Amino acid sequence: MSKTFTLDGKPIPFEDGQTIMQAATAAGVYIPHLCHHPEFTPHGSCKLCNVNVNGRNCSACTFPATEGQDVLSETTEINQDRQKITQMLFVEGNHFCPSCEKSGNCQLQGVAYHLNMLDNHFPHFYAERKMDASHPDVMIDHNRCIFCTLCVRASQQADSKDVFAISGRGINKHLIVNSESGQLKDSDIDAGDRAAHICPTGAILIKRTGYTVPIGQRIYDHKQIDQVSLETEHESHG
Amino acid sequence: MESFIQNLVETHSRRPTRLLAILRAVQARYFHIPNQAIRLLSKELNIPTTRIIGVIEFYSFLHLTPRGRYDILISDSITDHMLGKHNLMDYLSNKLSVSPGSVREDGLVSLDNTSCTGMCDQGPAGLINGHAITRLDRPRIDAIAQLIDEQMAVEDWPKEFFEVGDNIYQSDLLLSSRLTAGQGLQSTFARGLKETLSEIDHSGLRGRGGAGFKTAMKWRFCAEESEQERYVVCNADEGEPGTFKDRVLLNSYADQVFEGMTICAALIGAKQGFLYLRGEYLHLYHKLENVLEQRRQSGLLGNNILGKDMNFDIEICLGAGAYICGEESALIESLEGKCGIPRNRPPYPVSQGYLNKPTVVNNVETFVATANIALHGGAWFAAKGTEKSQGTKILSISGDCLRPGIYEYPFGVTIRQILADCGAHDVLGVQIGGPSGTFISNQELDRILGFEDLATGGSFIVFNSTRNILDIVRNFTDFFAHESCGFCTPCRVGTSLLKKQLDKIVDGHGSAGDVVALEELTRLVKNHSHCGLGQTAANPIIHTLERYPDLYQSQLKKISYEPGFDLNASLETARRMANRNDAGAHLAQVEE
Ligand SMILES: Cc1cc2nc3c(=O)[nH]c(=O)nc-3n(C[C@H](O)[C@H](O)[C@H](O)COP(=O)(O)O)c2cc1C
Ligand code: SF4
Ligand code: SF4
Ligand code: FES
Ligand code: FES
Repeated sequence: MSKTFTLDGKPIPFEDGQTIMQAATAAGVYIPHLCHHPEFTPHGSCKLCNVNVNGRNCSACTFPATEGQDVLSETTEINQDRQKITQMLFVEGNHFCPSCEKSGNCQLQGVAYHLNMLDNHFPHFYAERKMDASHPDVMIDHNRCIFCTLCVRASQQADSKDVFAISGRGINKHLIVNSESGQLKDSDIDAGDRAAHICPTGAILIKRTGYTVPIGQRIYDHKQIDQVSLETEHESHG
Repeated sequence: MESFIQNLVETHSRRPTRLLAILRAVQARYFHIPNQAIRLLSKELNIPTTRIIGVIEFYSFLHLTPRGRYDILISDSITDHMLGKHNLMDYLSNKLSVSPGSVREDGLVSLDNTSCTGMCDQGPAGLINGHAITRLDRPRIDAIAQLIDEQMAVEDWPKEFFEVGDNIYQSDLLLSSRLTAGQGLQSTFARGLKETLSEIDHSGLRGRGGAGFKTAMKWRFCAEESEQERYVVCNADEGEPGTFKDRVLLNSYADQVFEGMTICAALIGAKQGFLYLRGEYLHLYHKLENVLEQRRQSGLLGNNILGKDMNFDIEICLGAGAYICGEESALIESLEGKCGIPRNRPPYPVSQGYLNKPTVVNNVETFVATANIALHGGAWFAAKGTEKSQGTKILSISGDCLRPGIYEYPFGVTIRQILADCGAHDVLGVQIGGPSGTFISNQELDRILGFEDLATGGSFIVFNSTRNILDIVRNFTDFFAHESCGFCTPCRVGTSLLKKQLDKIVDGHGSAGDVVALEELTRLVKNHSHCGLGQTAANPIIHTLERYPDLYQSQLKKISYEPGFDLNASLETARRMANRNDAGAHLAQVEE
């Protein structure tokens, strides 16, 4: 008999060492997430995947599954909180979806649709952020970075490079590039790198590939993020 | 610069874990960390430049652009404000012709605010080139301005500027202890290691840093790990505003602190210990190094301690201005030469701490208590206090009272008693345990100190009825927004949103729904943040909203909605560009 915990009343089997997120995904249950990606070390920073474990809030992407845990995820209250956390990410940066190339393929947007987010709720920060268009093939629009560190982890763990890092403290966090000038053009990045394609938002984009798929025919224009997520991430969780 | 960096890196045995100490040395010499130094360090330590830049931008005392040769930081603790910090800052800023947050054009002076420097009993306080300076007033500022004009080296300034008093007013078990170096350790070996751990267990001692985990249990967990390489860490980050008792323990009871650490090492089997000393306590560094050296000379540290088969030594690591490094896993990250970002748990430090090895982290006072329990036995300690909170607690008392300083009490003492002892009158409320703790009003003075009622890391700030509660809450809320490490969304964005929402209300721009919105935000930040910082950052608002709801409501405008954004003012640039100022070029904020 394999071990199980319950997720919203449903038994979920797991193996020792699995996180709640891994076990849930393997069992075909979606838990909203942004900084989590099955191929990279969990980070636990966006807090979108927060679930209630035996009465305490824990991040599903980092918290280990244990026998008999009582986990709540799809409650009205938790999803309302997730919506607010998503709204926090929207007001912190500058996200003008209609003019963004990623619109329709963006996970931040996809999660916002999924959580039925209809406005930004909080006051905007109007943070002054820059662009880095120095590289011939890859560009960064810092306005859309949500500090998920997926590019940092992908560069280290998939590309065996170290192109990105997050610097600064608190609300002054920002993405930095490992190069003499601090610009992308002088870094080791290559358009074929995993790090250049992993960004869940429109912060890292590949040049000259924009709008090849028209808006309205993109991933989250037709499917909910839970369905897409389970289809693409189920495999890698095994 | 090349040879300076190379020597520096050699002194630190080329270990990237020493990055913070290395960067502190570069900062002290060049008043910032020059680009060239970053490149050289990256090469010498074989770490990416981004990791070095990340660390520089994380810690308040490290800078990418030059600070003045005299870098002045003024403590922003609420107690400094109550002692007239605001006026003094203006005076200082005028006197030196430099505005807070900037560097004077000639590069000689820079001025800024800094979080509480742990001198609340002798403020207004600050730091000059990292050295603590106390009891600032106008005459002292005049003298400082002159010394700077004369470009006199800070080392040659009058000693009394840097005097830091202990101000001990009330002693109990620990502060009256006469334990001499080696006594606790001898008792430990004489009684037996297992037996000594039982004594600590029977003493009922719980951690004095705030969380109150049972000390004996923590040590036992660590000792039971299969990994043999283990570490002892003393948490002397003491960053909670209003706390300064660890400063006094390190100044006058350092032997007992190190004795406690060494006993812990004996019990858990550790060979290396660290004292993580907050950067603000730089003035204690050499004194503590000397105590360590004496202990080595006396055979209390090093190889074959007291002739036994035990090797252990202690290294002092200085922080660089980051409250979050008091959180134990962030502290460990910082010890490893990284940004102080709290780790995901589990695993806990007792199983995977420093370099992922089993590590005990305890507060300074906890180690002093264990040294004394090792000597006198568990019953001696447990005889004081209450059933749920054994022993005594050392408080740092500041704010509106006649005798701010250090007081030790058995747990169970009433707040009323403490206020009488320190000479507090006309009390409005007391902040217990610092901004992250509990605010109580003058209706609750019969509550008691203890884990069962008012738990505290030691901060005790008294406010009298002349104080404005909203000013206090604003100061605390700003503190958390400034100190959030920024790792998780609810704390990074949430603490700044709390600040914005509170400012909106206090500045009189709030309307009907704004207090409810503030409450909702406090709940989000508290429930979803990654670590204790975020989980307690909303406490000042939550506690005062509970006690003084009318105070918040009375700030609100009577209209149903008031935007946080001034529409008409933001059109100013457009008006200037269009060279217009007629009625049509102005917009009403809300329809009348
Ligand atoms: C934001 C934050 C700051 C903290 N600061 C300190 C501190 O300055 N000193 C301290 O001893 N503990 C501090 N703690 C508590 C530590 O994480 C840890 O619980 C403590 O050092 C354990 O020692 P103890 O069991 O002896 O109390 C802090 C915790 C948090 C969340
Ligand atoms: S990154 Fe996503 S959320 Fe942000 S602007 Fe682009 S589409 Fe919108
Ligand atoms: S650039 Fe994209 S992948 Fe990298 S941290 Fe920002 S949001 Fe995440
Ligand atoms: S997905 Fe778990 S914290 Fe981001
Ligand atoms: S714990 Fe550091 S920002 Fe949340």
